[in-house]
Order: sequence, then structure tokens, then C-alpha cells
Amino acid sequence: MTKRFALGIFDDEDVLMHAIENVRAAGVKIHEVFTPFPIHGIDDALGIERSRLPIAAFFYGMCGLAFALWMQIYMLGFDWPMIIGGKPHIALPAFIPVSFELTVFFTCHGMVITFYTISKLYPRWRTPVLDVRSTDDKFVMAIELNENSDLNGLSKLLRENGASEVNEKEMTKN
Amino acid sequence: MATLTHQESATAEYLELSPKTRRTFISIIVAGVVVLAIGLILAIMNVGGHEAAAAHGAGHAAGAAEHHEGSPLWLKRLFVSLWHNNVFFVGVSAIGTFFVALQYVAYAGWSVVIKRINEAMSVWLLPGLAIFLVVFFLGRHDLFHWTHDGIMTKGSENYDAIIAGKSGFLNLPFYLIRMVVYLGIWWFFTERLRKISLEEDLNGGTEYFHKSINVAALFLVLYAVTSSMSAWDWVMSVDVHWFSTMFGWYVFASWWVSGIALTTLTAIYLKQAGYLKYVNANHLHDLGKFMFGFSIFWTYVWFSQFMLIWYANLPEEAVYYNQRLGGFNGAYTWMFYFNLVINFAFPFLVLMRRDAKRQMIMLKIVSIAILIGHWSDFYLMLMPATMKGDNGFVIEIGVALIFLGSYLILFTKRLAQASLVPVNHPFLDESVHHTT
Repeated sequence: MTKRFALGIFDDEDVLMHAIENVRAAGVKIHEVFTPFPIHGIDDALGIERSRLPIAAFFYGMCGLAFALWMQIYMLGFDWPMIIGGKPHIALPAFIPVSFELTVFFTCHGMVITFYTISKLYPRWRTPVLDVRSTDDKFVMAIELNENSDLNGLSKLLRENGASEVNEKEMTKN
Repeated sequence: MATLTHQESATAEYLELSPKTRRTFISIIVAGVVVLAIGLILAIMNVGGHEAAAAHGAGHAAGAAEHHEGSPLWLKRLFVSLWHNNVFFVGVSAIGTFFVALQYVAYAGWSVVIKRINEAMSVWLLPGLAIFLVVFFLGRHDLFHWTHDGIMTKGSENYDAIIAGKSGFLNLPFYLIRMVVYLGIWWFFTERLRKISLEEDLNGGTEYFHKSINVAALFLVLYAVTSSMSAWDWVMSVDVHWFSTMFGWYVFASWWVSGIALTTLTAIYLKQAGYLKYVNANHLHDLGKFMFGFSIFWTYVWFSQFMLIWYANLPEEAVYYNQRLGGFNGAYTWMFYFNLVINFAFPFLVLMRRDAKRQMIMLKIVSIAILIGHWSDFYLMLMPATMKGDNGFVIEIGVALIFLGSYLILFTKRLAQASLVPVNHPFLDESVHHTT
């Protein structure tokens, strides 16, 4: 599937931030913005919804906690009871460090795997780069085009808002 | 968008205390006096009843035999309670300067708009020193077992070899010198940082900022040592036979999270009263993260102390938890669990979500819970050792209210003395545009 994009190239992040506001105010939908470094407040400016990753993280954590407690209670309480330090078989204070570690372990691994999956960052996935200069010193605003798009109008809008150049690019997704 | 507009030059804003606010503070003190009076009357009338009970309860009898007869119970409770509240308020006070110093050394920008709250918080250091000295001179025998006559002299009937072994550290002159030195250092650096900051307000320029960093770095080094040592002196030495190498951190963690809670609460109250125009949800979010994180830190330190003692189960160490978990006929057992719930589970679960950290009402509830929780934490550190099973709450809450009212009067007075916005701080612009 081939998609066409108009790419506004910006030199400065403050100019970019103003441009994002104005372009959105003009009713144009921004597909994505590529920046060489994270910019504070850009998510809000682009109107990106907050990630639901923390909610997933909470449940991964709960899984880790449940697994850790089950494992220790089953192993030390039922499967192979041993007296350690004169404590009861199921000695909860002694289980807290392991439970804590497994909660963290499950949470962080779950989050990383989820994040990579939803961001399509798994092996052999080729991420399309619309303009390689966005990995160096340029800020690239991508606007998806369709048959009805007015490229000239769009180009004018972007240039008025400080874009140093406006390019058109086709991208084939496999 | 606030993040995009470049800020017009910041203007100073001054807190004006309405007579109504003052009346509120005074009525807190009056309420405290009333509660204290009721508590004292109840305690004095109850003396006969208590002695009868002591004769029956084996635990009580053992406790009574151990403490050398000192002041009557009501007076003893008053001394311990004054000490307890003063430890709490002095510690929270010192956190104000610690917070400011930490932000300077970390080159942190976000906290500039709340900096004046922290500067003003440290107002209780000198009154605290005075109260410490007075209570120590009048009531030291009720508070500190090691101050008893003859306890360190061989041949005396009070002689205790273990305590005598600690005489190099726990003796009256050295103890008093230390107390004055800790509070002197904290007070000196508080005033120094405050003075530089106020000069910066007048003159501007970055040299004040660089000077503050040097002063702050030196303070942090000294505070690291003195905060730990003051915890041994003021809190751990009531349990003079017992020791824990975690204790300095444990007390510091308690002070630190309470100090952050007080900062948050003050910021919210000022904001709701129409001040602190540059403080927004982003700053509160960071304060919320601090409260969340350091509640966990306190729990971590608490647990590190508890688990090792529980696991090793050495009698001389475990006695600390025996007294608090089921000791004195279970007088402190509920508080022991309450302490964990209100200081760990509650802030942990409530502040976990991002939204909760950005809402004033949630932060207010959690800050108040943390302040009450850590007041109880200090109660739990001091009462079992000093009052044994004869603890109570009426006198203690009365004294706490008197402290609270007096603290708020001094605190707000100092807040009103300078602009709430440090107008010439080099990071002010960053703080105003802070996003999280």
C-alpha cells in the first residue's frame, strides 16, 4: 500500500510547536512529527492521547506479585516444607523481598514487550523513515495526502508557519 | 498553551494574612489548650485507678519496676509529648532547608516557584531548640533512662554496665553540645540560604545562584551527618539498650516525606487562596511523585530495619518490636499496623495514578494522611520506651494542636515576609514553563 505525505521541514523546535498549533487550528490533520530529540509538551500540542501502558503495567505487576507469593507459599509451605531460622513455613515477611523483585521483574519486562509490540519494534520490522534528516537536526511534520488534498495550499500554510522547505514523499508499506 | 508563550517579566506577590486566618491559628492553639487541660485532668484523676491496675497486670508491674520513679504520670506524659511533637516539628522544619539545598545542588528548575514555602518552613529550628532544652532540663529523667543518677557509676545501685559503656557518647555535656550544634548548623544554613535568596530578589544576577550552590552543598554534607546523629540522640537514645544502624535513615525518611507533604499542602492552600499564580498541576504532579516515591522509601527503610531484626531474632534487638507488637497488653499493636497502612498502603494506592497526583483534592487528602501518619510514627518510636503501657492520646493530641497552631503562626509570618515568587532566580522561567 502506498501513501503520500507532505513533509514540512523545520529548523527550530519553538517554530515547530507554534506551527503544530496553527496547522491543527487550520483543520489539517497531522499524521506524525519526527524530531531529533524529545520535546516537552509536544504530545499535548499534537493532541496525542495518553498511553494506556501504565494500566497494563499495573496488571503485570499484580501478576508478578501473585506469582511470587504463590511460588513461595507453594514451595516453602507445601511442596518441600523446611524450617529456616525457626520461622513458620509460610513466613510472609521473608517473602517480601522476592515478591517485590518479581513484581518489578514482571512489570518491566511486560512493559518493554508491550511497548515494542505496539510500536512495531520487533526484529525484521523496517521502520519507514520519511526524511533521514529528522535523525540529525531537522524537525519533520508529516501530513498524509489523499486525492482531494490541496498540496499548494498545504505548502503555503506550512511555509507561512516557518517551514524551511516542503516536500512530497511516497512511502510504500509492506 | 502556557508552555509556548514567553513569560512577561515575573512580578512579586506577597502573602497577606487576613485576621480570619490568624483567628483560625489561634483557635487551633485554644482547642489544643482545652484538649490538653481535659487530658491532664483525666490523667490526674485516673492515677488511683491506674495503680490498682498495675498491681494486677504482670506486664504493668514489670514495666513499673523498670522505670525509676520520676514525675507523676500526667507530668511524664506531658514531657514525653512535648518532646515527641518537638522532634516532629523540628525535623519537618529542617526538611525545608534540606529541600532547597537539594534543589540547588541538583540544578533543579521546576521547584523555584515553591521555594519560598520551603524557606519559610524552617522557622521552627530556634523555638525547637528552646523547647528541647527546657524539656530536657525539666524532664530528662522521664525521657532518657541513661540520665538517671548513678547509672554510669560503678557500685551505685542504679549501675548498668551496658549504659555505662555508652557514657563516652551519652553524657550530659556532650549531648547538650550536640543538640546545640545540630540546630545551630541547620539554623545557620537556613538563614544563609534565605539571605542570599532575598538579596537575589533585590539585585538579580547569577552570582547569588552560584553562591547558593556552594552553601547548599556544604549544608547537605553536614545535614547528612547531623540528621542521622540527631535521630540517635533525640529518638533512639530513649531505648538506650537497643540500637539499630538503620535508625538515622528511618527517622530522616519520616521527616523527609512529612516535609514534602507539608510543602504540598501549603502550596495547595496558598493556590486555593489565590496566591502562587505560577504553580500549576505540573508542579503539584512533581510534589505528588515525591510524596509517592518517598512514602515507598520510608517503607523500604522501615522494612529493612524490621526484617533483619525479625529474622535474626536476637533478644536485645527484637525487644524493640516485642514492645510494639503485642507488648504492654497490646497497647501499640493497632498503631503498628495503622502506621504501615497510612504511611505506605494509602499513599501508594491513592497516588499511583497520574491523575491523582495532579488533583488538589487527592494530594490534600494524602498530605494530611502522611502528616498524621508520620506523627504517629514518631509516637510509636518514643512512647513504648518512655511511657511503657501508660500511653494515651488526649494530652498528646492537645500538645500537638498547640504546636501546630504556633508553628502555623510563625510559618505564615515568615512566608509573608518575602515575595512568594523569587523574582530574580535564574531558573524561574524554567519553573514557570515546567511540564511533566
